[in-house]
Amino acid sequence: MATATFRIWRGDRTSGALRDYSTDVTDGMVVLDAVHQIQAAQAPDLAVRWNCKAGRCGSCSAEVNGMPRLMCMTRLEDLPLGAPVTIEPMKAFPPVRDLVTDVSWNYRAKASITPFTPRPPDAADGTWRMDQGDVDRAMEFRKCIECFLCQDVCHVLREHHLHDRFVGPRFLVHAAALEMHPLDVADRREALRGDHGIGYCNITKCCTTVCPEHITITDNAIIPLKERVADVAYDPIRALLRLVGLGRR
Amino acid sequence: MSGGGPIDTIEHDVLVIGAGGAGLRAAIAASAAGVSVGVVCKSLLGKAHTVMAEGGVAAALANVDDRDSWTVHFADTMRGGQHLNDPRMAELHAREAPERVRELEAWGALFDRTKDGRILQRNFGGHRYPRLAHVGDRTGLEMIRTLQDHGIHAGITFHMECTVTRLLTDGGRVVGAFGYERERGRFRVYRAGAVVLATGGIGRAYSITSNSWEYTGDGQALAYEAGAELIDMEFVQFHPTGMVWPPSVRGILVTEGVRGEGGILLNKDGRRFMFDDIPPAYQNQTADNEDEGWRYTQGDKGARRPPELLTRDHVARCINREIKAGRGSPHGGVFLDIAWIKQRIKNAPEHIKKKLPGMYHQFMELAGVDITQEPMEVGPTTHYMMGGVRVDAESQMSTVPGLYAAGECAAGLHGANRLGGNSLSDLLVFGKRAGDDAARFAREQGRVRTVAPAQVDAAAREALAPFDRTPAGDGNNPYQVQHTLQGMMQDLVGIVRTKQEMERALEGLAALRAREARVAVTGNREYNPGWHTALDLSSLLCVSEAVTRSALARTESRGAHFREDHPEKDVALGHVRHVVKRGPDGAMQLERAPVTPPSPELLRIIEEQR
Repeated sequence: MATATFRIWRGDRTSGALRDYSTDVTDGMVVLDAVHQIQAAQAPDLAVRWNCKAGRCGSCSAEVNGMPRLMCMTRLEDLPLGAPVTIEPMKAFPPVRDLVTDVSWNYRAKASITPFTPRPPDAADGTWRMDQGDVDRAMEFRKCIECFLCQDVCHVLREHHLHDRFVGPRFLVHAAALEMHPLDVADRREALRGDHGIGYCNITKCCTTVCPEHITITDNAIIPLKERVADVAYDPIRALLRLVGLGRR
Repeated sequence: MSGGGPIDTIEHDVLVIGAGGAGLRAAIAASAAGVSVGVVCKSLLGKAHTVMAEGGVAAALANVDDRDSWTVHFADTMRGGQHLNDPRMAELHAREAPERVRELEAWGALFDRTKDGRILQRNFGGHRYPRLAHVGDRTGLEMIRTLQDHGIHAGITFHMECTVTRLLTDGGRVVGAFGYERERGRFRVYRAGAVVLATGGIGRAYSITSNSWEYTGDGQALAYEAGAELIDMEFVQFHPTGMVWPPSVRGILVTEGVRGEGGILLNKDGRRFMFDDIPPAYQNQTADNEDEGWRYTQGDKGARRPPELLTRDHVARCINREIKAGRGSPHGGVFLDIAWIKQRIKNAPEHIKKKLPGMYHQFMELAGVDITQEPMEVGPTTHYMMGGVRVDAESQMSTVPGLYAAGECAAGLHGANRLGGNSLSDLLVFGKRAGDDAARFAREQGRVRTVAPAQVDAAAREALAPFDRTPAGDGNNPYQVQHTLQGMMQDLVGIVRTKQEMERALEGLAALRAREARVAVTGNREYNPGWHTALDLSSLLCVSEAVTRSALARTESRGAHFREDHPEKDVALGHVRHVVKRGPDGAMQLERAPVTPPSPELLRIIEEQR
């Protein structure tokens, strides 16, 4: 049976280092399997988050050979096993222990976005009518499994640490899902421009590249939101009206 | 590592344990009733197993077939459960599910639509009419995200990555819980007026399961330890279609929606073996030729359902039989083929990707199989626990005052076998009911001033014990003990059961209990999965014993419970359920209790729908 070496970051909030572990490799194995094998036999206290093991819950996010990935969806046969496979925690969030990071900021960021606000029901029985085509537009964004890999790779968060000024791609996708929801009537454009810092995104599309759900984050969510924001905030005629005190801010 | 350090006390009127669909729905209900609510969950918010539900949520909205109504849904549920269901629960469920689904839409859920813009519904095993509201094959994600996003604006406090190891009692009433938070390993005492268990299933007691690490039977075990009764524990649902290859993904769910969209089961000889064995109770409603079955999946109201859409217990056993008879697929499963529909419709690959995007993705990325071109290999996987905490149908209160249970960890609705889609409606209907009544109870009874320090001390000592033992001794690695247990339950108390094997399982469980008492962990208390695995063993052993004892006592085959040494139904046992509770001597006690008969009105409905 073949073996491979996994170079795993072990540490806590203050310090840590990469450590090598060798383990057997079998057909169809994914990175998370290797981590579990190492945990069961060699490092029982190796900390890792996981749940569904099928790419549906978004818990096992990490950086495999430097790429933000779900460990459960990264097959070993797609990696060069001649060299050690490096597994590190996400870098945009504070380390907790080993592969586990403190992602609590994401939950606070989401709560800052105006929640779903439906129009009054369409029918007397309190229900709505929606066209499948309209529903499909928001569906892409609702596929998001909140793995936060897009947040991890976003340079505004990862390099510049602007967590207090920018909600990151995940929550722009969330805002897009709400804004494009056929029933939603709230207007999030001012908040997107202000508190949520949509202007910080300069469309490098790294988030789209790493999304395990293949959501076209930049093109389908962020750019249309930017256009909507521009429409309300940077339209020259509206700006003029604001100047003379006629338009709403 | 002895000495627990200072323990934080957190107070809520209602404490909900578990943040899957049932827990979130209960929390939303309790919060709406105006009491303070805390939710404790083992993982991050939004990761619970509800996220894995694929096919849809069953509710007789009658949007696709106007012959549907709550009475048909009720009768289908009772038939599927072999009439061991609690009839009142089945009635409430069928009556209230449509309103609970519509409510989700008002909170932002987006379901697939009918041509006239209403919620679309799909066919599923055991449901007479198209009944499952769905979003492609990611309905669970849509539901949990909707509840989560609604819940975070509902004034609920979430305690993520915390595990409860003991319930705290006072004079026979549950008044709180003891547990630890994973990040630092610090202990917490939760003081509450009422506690709702919504911890889900027990899949981790088996080696082949669709369940994640969380599903260690915590709710059932916590309730048992607090003196509550568990019922129907012999009824473990083995979903017929889990992945079988590659080995690392064995057990991961393949949605019944594949069969709902026209997928067929074949053995290695290419025979559609499901036509060979159609149970008498379903003969009237099942197609007798391939063409009729296909027409049913495409919405022909005059056609009857294909045999692939018989109930899960039956399909799982048929698959098991083919595999054991040597007619299985190369990796020990059978073939599930959806690609064949290209013979019937144009653009089949696009159609499949649209209807089953998650499955396409899952097989492509994990197995290298393109399901639009080739068949999948599938086999049974431990999926769902019909049994659990015995609750009052209306309020969901357990037999212990102040303690509630909802969703998978509660029992009664599904009887001997659950229909697909009924779990999502279950957790909405009874999550809400549990939350409503827990709020009422908490308001009326208030919180106790202090919880008994002796209980807290004992819980802390118990939780720290694995650190005080010598590590690395032979056989005291928590992962090994868990692995041994899973293998044993899979082999001896699985899909086909016998007295001899289950008696061996009881001996094995006793030996594993002894090993559990020696389990040792290394490292410290901060996010230490070895420690967490060690502490989860106690729940796993408790529910495994309850399953085995109940299964031994049921000397017949019914629903999900199949005894090779008693392959027929025993009419007398059709009116009996098994009740497990802790005896005065501390040993597990099993009693028989009569099944509540349906009211005359419900009986009439059952007869009409026969």
